[in-house]
Amino acid sequence: MAEAARPGAGPAWAHAMYDQLRAQGVTQIAYVPDAGHRVMIDRSLTDPDVHSIPLTTEEEGVALLAGADLGGARGVLLMQSSGVGNCINMLSLTAGARFPLLMLVSMRGDFGEGNPWQFPMGRATQAVLEAMGVVVLRADAAQDVMPTIQAACTMVWGSGEAVAVLLGQRLLGAKAF
Amino acid sequence: MAQLKRIAGVNQPDAVLDRREAVPALIERPQDWLVAAGLAGTAQELCAMTDDGPNVFGLGGAMGAAPMMALGLALAQPSRRVLGITGDGELLMNIGALGTIALVAPANLKIVCVDNGHYGETGNQDSHTGLGVQLDRIAAGFGFPVVHVINTLAEIDEGRRILAAPGLAFILLRVKEGPALRKKRSLRPHVVRDRFRAALLGM
Repeated sequence: MAEAARPGAGPAWAHAMYDQLRAQGVTQIAYVPDAGHRVMIDRSLTDPDVHSIPLTTEEEGVALLAGADLGGARGVLLMQSSGVGNCINMLSLTAGARFPLLMLVSMRGDFGEGNPWQFPMGRATQAVLEAMGVVVLRADAAQDVMPTIQAACTMVWGSGEAVAVLLGQRLLGAKAF
Repeated sequence: MAQLKRIAGVNQPDAVLDRREAVPALIERPQDWLVAAGLAGTAQELCAMTDDGPNVFGLGGAMGAAPMMALGLALAQPSRRVLGITGDGELLMNIGALGTIALVAPANLKIVCVDNGHYGETGNQDSHTGLGVQLDRIAAGFGFPVVHVINTLAEIDEGRRILAAPGLAFILLRVKEGPALRKKRSLRPHVVRDRFRAALLGM
């Protein structure tokens, strides 16, 4: 497995998460960029065995990973919580066809948020995902990340569920305004 | 009610092709492809052309999914030819997907848009393309290396040649409004997923 592009850059849990997902066989990493996913995105861009796929909107990634599953590949979809709202109808593809789906969602409008624009979608994120049949797990401390990701991988590729892991602002740190 | 006006300054020939002839003429051997087909006309006709074959995942909802499903499939199966085929309405709903696909550009992927200029399933309202929006120019602007427009039967030959050659390409097949080929197909997406994977992966 490729080493970190810049060793020591970014939190250790983020590098561990990347390594764990690669060990699970993830080869398609799709994202709308967010600072909370910087390590995952940077690692994917330097990993010769991974397709790193920037999206114009998050729902593209839901459909992409359904296609990946049809072809026998595993992927992960990275987004900010505001992007969850863009996925709602596309999640009917996931639910109807019972596609496995792993989403990693960096939270805004959460612990310590200083931008009032982020609150409406931040508050709605978990409810919206659950309304569309997605199991929601959450990590708010560095020591929670690895067990939560491991649980999510088992639920997604063992049981065929759609799972979103919310990475809280207590973990990521709130952006300064 | 106010009339929608055509976009000024766009000159396109009137569509003359019947999709029931043009689509099978372009996609000669649909069984050779792994196919993601958009709702509703293209899913109906690709399922009809393959007798609801296991190599076709035809949408009945989730409008806008087909091109990106085809991208994920193409990356997962680099040794197979993958076809994302969809209508103008479905493509317009997630038009940015063409930019994402052009950026990744797998050599085994082709995108075909069967453009009838209308929302055929919902009362035949004009779509943006029926009023002058040109999807071929959008695909070219997003960076598709090969873009081909088919207005006439004579232009289908070049489309077939592009489909047979390696490399990402976008084909705009302009057809008259009117029904697609149709045959009974499964509308249970989990059944379609499972049989697609069973036929391709044996699982």
